[in-house]
Amino acid sequence: MLSPCIGAFTSAGGESPRDAYVTASISDARILIPFFADDTASAGICRLVFSGLTKIDKDLNVVGDLAERWDISADGLEISFFLRKNVNWHDGVPFTADDVKFTFDTILDPSTACPYVGEFTDIDDITVIDRNRVKFRYKKPSAPALNKLGMGIIPKHLFESVANIRDSAYARDPVGTGPYKFERWVTGEYIVLEADTGHYIHSPRIKRYVYRVIPDQSVGYYELLAGGIDSMDLNPYQYFIRSETPEFRSKIDKYRYLAPSYTYMGYNLLDPILSDIRVRKALGYAVDRKEIIDSVLLGLGEICSGHFIRDSPYYDPGVDGLYGYDPAKAALLLKEAGWSDTDGDGILEKNGAKLVLKIVTNQGNQVREDVATVVQRHWKKLGIKADIQVVAWSAFIDQFIDKKNFQVALLAWGLTVDPDCYTVWHSASAKNGGLNFVSYSNPEVDALIEAGRAEFDKEKRIGIYRDIHRRIAEDAPYTFLFFSYATPAINKRFHGIKPAPAGIAYNLIDWYVPEREVKYNF
Amino acid sequence: MLKYIYKRLLLMLPMLLGISLILFVVMHLAPGDPSSVRFGLNPEISGTARENFNKMYALDRPVIYQYFLWMKRFLMLDFGKSFIDDSPVISKILWRLPATLLLEISSLFLIFVIALPLGVYSAVKRGSMFDRIMTVMVFAGYAVPTFWLALLLIYFFGFKLGWCPISGLDTWYSEYLGGFDRFREVLRHLALPVFTTAFTGLAAISRYSRSSMIDTLNQTYILTARAKGLKETRVIFVHALGNALLPIVTIMGLTLPGLISGSFIFETIFAWPGMGRLGYEAIMNYDYPVVMGVGVISTFLTLFGILLSDIAYAVIDPRIRVGGGGK
Repeated sequence: MLSPCIGAFTSAGGESPRDAYVTASISDARILIPFFADDTASAGICRLVFSGLTKIDKDLNVVGDLAERWDISADGLEISFFLRKNVNWHDGVPFTADDVKFTFDTILDPSTACPYVGEFTDIDDITVIDRNRVKFRYKKPSAPALNKLGMGIIPKHLFESVANIRDSAYARDPVGTGPYKFERWVTGEYIVLEADTGHYIHSPRIKRYVYRVIPDQSVGYYELLAGGIDSMDLNPYQYFIRSETPEFRSKIDKYRYLAPSYTYMGYNLLDPILSDIRVRKALGYAVDRKEIIDSVLLGLGEICSGHFIRDSPYYDPGVDGLYGYDPAKAALLLKEAGWSDTDGDGILEKNGAKLVLKIVTNQGNQVREDVATVVQRHWKKLGIKADIQVVAWSAFIDQFIDKKNFQVALLAWGLTVDPDCYTVWHSASAKNGGLNFVSYSNPEVDALIEAGRAEFDKEKRIGIYRDIHRRIAEDAPYTFLFFSYATPAINKRFHGIKPAPAGIAYNLIDWYVPEREVKYNF
Repeated sequence: MLKYIYKRLLLMLPMLLGISLILFVVMHLAPGDPSSVRFGLNPEISGTARENFNKMYALDRPVIYQYFLWMKRFLMLDFGKSFIDDSPVISKILWRLPATLLLEISSLFLIFVIALPLGVYSAVKRGSMFDRIMTVMVFAGYAVPTFWLALLLIYFFGFKLGWCPISGLDTWYSEYLGGFDRFREVLRHLALPVFTTAFTGLAAISRYSRSSMIDTLNQTYILTARAKGLKETRVIFVHALGNALLPIVTIMGLTLPGLISGSFIFETIFAWPGMGRLGYEAIMNYDYPVVMGVGVISTFLTLFGILLSDIAYAVIDPRIRVGGGGK
């Protein structure tokens, strides 16, 4: 692959970072400023180049990153962070508390128009106590704040003189405090990052991190096998069938971990048919989630019954069994609700109206389309006719979700480590294009969500969120379907990868390539 | 002649405006909008983000008002900024253009070098075994789904044989290579995409040149030439070929917009950072300014290409010369 005439150099010492990790995805990054990065690619690069006050450890706990530790005042309104002292920006300037204040002041400034501003509006004010201490004062106690303050910090000394951050040169040539320094970005092709050997934890052991843009996934698969890239995410078919060749297994390792996202069917609670809880429960009982996981995901999924990360303590696995597959119960509930097949055409009726529901989902996600088809068959057995409509994403949001003009929406949520679910489940989020588009409203759940936000004690929060989990499941505004596994494949020369609840990327700086397996020697 | 060109150029202006208006309206007729693509259903994004975004780009105003805003900027040759990353549309286009030009011009060159002799030879040896085999081959090339062929070639030459890289315009480590190796890397990356593009483009040109050549060979002046006792090679290369190539000029003119706008399919498969992908990504993201920029430039080039081929025609073929003695 590489010609021998490359001007190779090796740094002194056996433990200096070496080789390069080349990964690929279908779309390019857009902007490399953490609080503007609202797409997966940009956010992923930003996480390597920048670091925040806090981060997530392998078991999904919030731990310090730029902050060494923190104190929370008794009333829960003030959080004082003690910052690490040995941190330098990639350009050599020391990192201080001023950078922290500058970052969040900028986010909160309306003229910045930061898309994540809603995550921080509870902040009352930020005070720099000294070089290494900064105090956040909140309007009300906010437990999710610690996770949210993992937002990447930007350097004040570079940005304070910049009028428009979005347009600044640093948006494409970032300077951060993360484990990797920005090296090069060739639009539409690749981004190259280089290990920051002075990183405050320790230098990454892999010298370069390369992100390539490969829009076609089957081409990506060939690139992986041919060695053009070192990792990609496989789909279930590639994971189980295509990769089961001696050639693949001799070169590439497959990993799997439960991704923090779940697929569900949301019922519009304002719909005359679906406002009846018996009908919603029946629809849930009628769905065989095990079969969906086995047939659509080839087994690469776990049953879901609530809105929390499955491996986190906030998820109550006891709820899983409560609303499992039970067609007899479903039939009974439908009968109770007054639905019966009077004209013998196989479809239930009530007051002359047939039980016909429309499932809408977005285009471009084969899994969702397949799930809809399986659900359609499950429901048919009980006399429920389902029509499936697949709509392009933007039109889907615009015409169906925003206008609440749907019956059943088949979608997925990505979950954050903090269990706060105000934006999706609080009744206040049902208005003005909020994410509670099914219009779920339960005063008890509202109160619990508010209590969960204000509670810093982890044990108490576990109790609160498990309670929320159970109550929402009882109200059946969704039929929760499944969590799916992420299935990355990575070239065998990379060692030290340890899948955990947090995935595999959490210890990227500890991955390494043994000397004799090094591929890129420059 | 100059007056004619001048008139044609003037006529292009209303045409361009009309097409841009249609493009703009059709684009806005599509259900959905840029802010929902970007911010839809993300729990971490605040509701104000969509409002801010719509206000920032005047997307909350009537379409016709937006069109006039666009037009006002366009008349100053300002295509605006991309919704996706706020970079100027024109610099995005200029950044992507060289990759597409490199690919398209190389493949066009290859097409002409192969297709013209192929077509001419087929015409001269009309009905021969060679002609028949070529006809089948060329139609097969035309009929094959392009993405499938591309994947097949990637599989054999990129993966199984490992002769050339599978995708990309360049390697990420080209920076660390010497000058010659960098150049060689680009050539290696070019091989598969150029060959694939050329193979599927071969059919049209070779068929055109074949039928055009057959037409010409049936003309009475060819009969005259032969009757004069000229050598067959002279008849074919001097008397027939020049005339037979006339229609090819038209096709050349019409390939101009394709040279610039690129091919979405090939550029996606080969991860080629060109104009085809730029346009497609812009459409999928409702990136109106980029869609308009790419659309208007392609329109202009199409119109310009047609004009150019008309002019070339007039220059080559005295029978249709305008303004001179003829008319």
